[in-house]
Amino acid sequence: MVLYVNGVGTLGPGLAGWAESRAVLASERPCGDAAPPEPSAGVLPANERRRSSDLVRWAVHVAQEAMQQADADAHEVASVFASCDGEMGILDRLCTALATPQRAISPTLFHHSVHNAASGYWGIATGSQQSSTVLSCYDSSFCAALLEAVAYAHLEERLVLLVAYDLPPPPPLYAARPLQGGFAAALVLARTPAPHSLAQLDLTLSNDRSGEATGMADARLEALRSGNPAARSLPLLAAIARRHAALVRLEYLEDQHLLVQVTPCRS
Amino acid sequence: MAPLILSRYTVVSALGKGLDETYRALRDRRSGLRPCDFEDVAIKTYIGRVEGLEDVPVGGGSRAKELAQFDCRNNRLALLGLQQDGFTSAALEARERYGTHRVAVILGSSTSGILETEHAYRHRDPATGALPTSYLTDYRYTHNMFSVAHFVRTYLGLKGPAMVISTACSSSAKAFATAARFIEAGFCDAAVVGGVDSLCQTILYGFASLELLARGPCRPCDEERDGLTLGESAGFALLEKSGGAGHAGAVALLGYGESCDGYHMSHPHPEGAGAIGAMQGALRRGGLQPRDIDYINLHGTATRANDSIEDNAVNSVFGPSTPCSSTKGWTGHTLGAAGITEAVIAALCLTRSFVPGTLNTTRVDSSLRSHVLLENQEQPVRRVLSNIFGFGGNNCSLILGTV
Repeated sequence: MVLYVNGVGTLGPGLAGWAESRAVLASERPCGDAAPPEPSAGVLPANERRRSSDLVRWAVHVAQEAMQQADADAHEVASVFASCDGEMGILDRLCTALATPQRAISPTLFHHSVHNAASGYWGIATGSQQSSTVLSCYDSSFCAALLEAVAYAHLEERLVLLVAYDLPPPPPLYAARPLQGGFAAALVLARTPAPHSLAQLDLTLSNDRSGEATGMADARLEALRSGNPAARSLPLLAAIARRHAALVRLEYLEDQHLLVQVTPCRS
Repeated sequence: MAPLILSRYTVVSALGKGLDETYRALRDRRSGLRPCDFEDVAIKTYIGRVEGLEDVPVGGGSRAKELAQFDCRNNRLALLGLQQDGFTSAALEARERYGTHRVAVILGSSTSGILETEHAYRHRDPATGALPTSYLTDYRYTHNMFSVAHFVRTYLGLKGPAMVISTACSSSAKAFATAARFIEAGFCDAAVVGGVDSLCQTILYGFASLELLARGPCRPCDEERDGLTLGESAGFALLEKSGGAGHAGAVALLGYGESCDGYHMSHPHPEGAGAIGAMQGALRRGGLQPRDIDYINLHGTATRANDSIEDNAVNSVFGPSTPCSSTKGWTGHTLGAAGITEAVIAALCLTRSFVPGTLNTTRVDSSLRSHVLLENQEQPVRRVLSNIFGFGGNNCSLILGTV
């Protein structure tokens, strides 16, 4: 099934925004300082931005960048949000409070704990009433989201915003799930090409796992890719950035590969 | 859309294990709700708890080692569901028929195995604050959001596409929509859909903090309704194309509609705009008119806001005559598993020709305009629309019917 990429957003160490990421991923320059960037997520109303979690701001920030680049109206765009572990920072605070004798938790903390918090905030910020699917598929969350996005774009004939985002959890939970970096990426995907489409993706789900999953040549980027489920998108983003045809092999759980033939749409 | 057959389905909730126990409780108007006796929770409310989960660990038998790592309340409930109504053998037959890679597992959950994390936080190392080692190694298999789909596909030996959808209460209703797309797109030939959510301190204290818990058993649509009652459940359906699986009278998914409110994290859109969009989407996809629906299973949580806004939305799509009711007075609100639980109840309405009334409710709120049933009715039912709305303003409506 074929999809067109109309916009990309990224946030990660040395990968703040698509312009910077494109140059780094196309190997035009090395990955810069690894200090984690701060999301602005300007589309969120000030009140909501103050209340929202880091993870929500990361997700909304890249969603906003991709949508601007695609020049898409959020009211017309469905969304797929993918996070492996969700709001671990909020869950840490909740479980800490629940371990005290009073067990007093704030209503705000509770409704921010849901896995679909970022999707909810995106809806609140944009007023979009289109469908939003929020999912987890452990390390293959991005891959599962790509499948849902391509199926949705084709069968519902609508633009789809895909957002993948995962942050390292705070200390006690970090030992359970030592995620690296902090990474978020967003793609605006369409069933038909637009004049500003960046690339065509042709997706095939395959049971043949004899080929090796595509990795990153740069050691720092490879560490991010293998250590953060959202960053499993990096090989695909790199192929889009390089602007020449490439086959990207993404692992879908331990059982299948998602093959993505990437073809640039303009020079 | 072409109808997709639910060739096998089952549910476990506070009403009991499997279709027969569920049907009998509905028919006899016996609620599964009881005063809260979950762990040491000190909240004056009722719950819909599944009996005996404390005593049936996941594991044992020849695959003990492989399965034991998944042991937690949520996966115990999943296992209990898989063991009802021949669901496991039906899934294994589908695996043989289509191939291991051609059967997907698409489930919904809102809190997964968070109870394990709650327990771990009570046993932190006093010196370092570290969580117990056994918790750390099992996190992936218990609390991680993908855990229940990981467990189910491992238990059933399936290698097809999988995911857990987590959109709060609408999770397992949306699992049907995604599975329908995956089958249509050719990513799989059949899908195990459904959802599991189990009681935990997070939801009990969380809903208490929002002041949304009823003191007694919930009373949907009642003039005096004072909030929702939380429950737990697991349900599964095997979804396939009608080719080999459809026989006359089989239950099928005829339509689904998904939407968002784009309004508030925990309060529904005041005019029910998202809810209306979901219902209309389901009708459109099924090629159906409002008059084609014989019964609406409401989201009907029994909070003041939900029931009145949903009533407004139902009334604007269906008018005042389509019979509707909420079954939350039987099961409680089982959150991410509500979608599958109420889809299975819809299937029971279709196959056993009855419509449940609204349990615990004595006087329907006079401001509601929809046709809210209080008593059960014996009648042929051809098509049911089921509404599920969730936190974050995430909505899904399903239409089930017989083919």
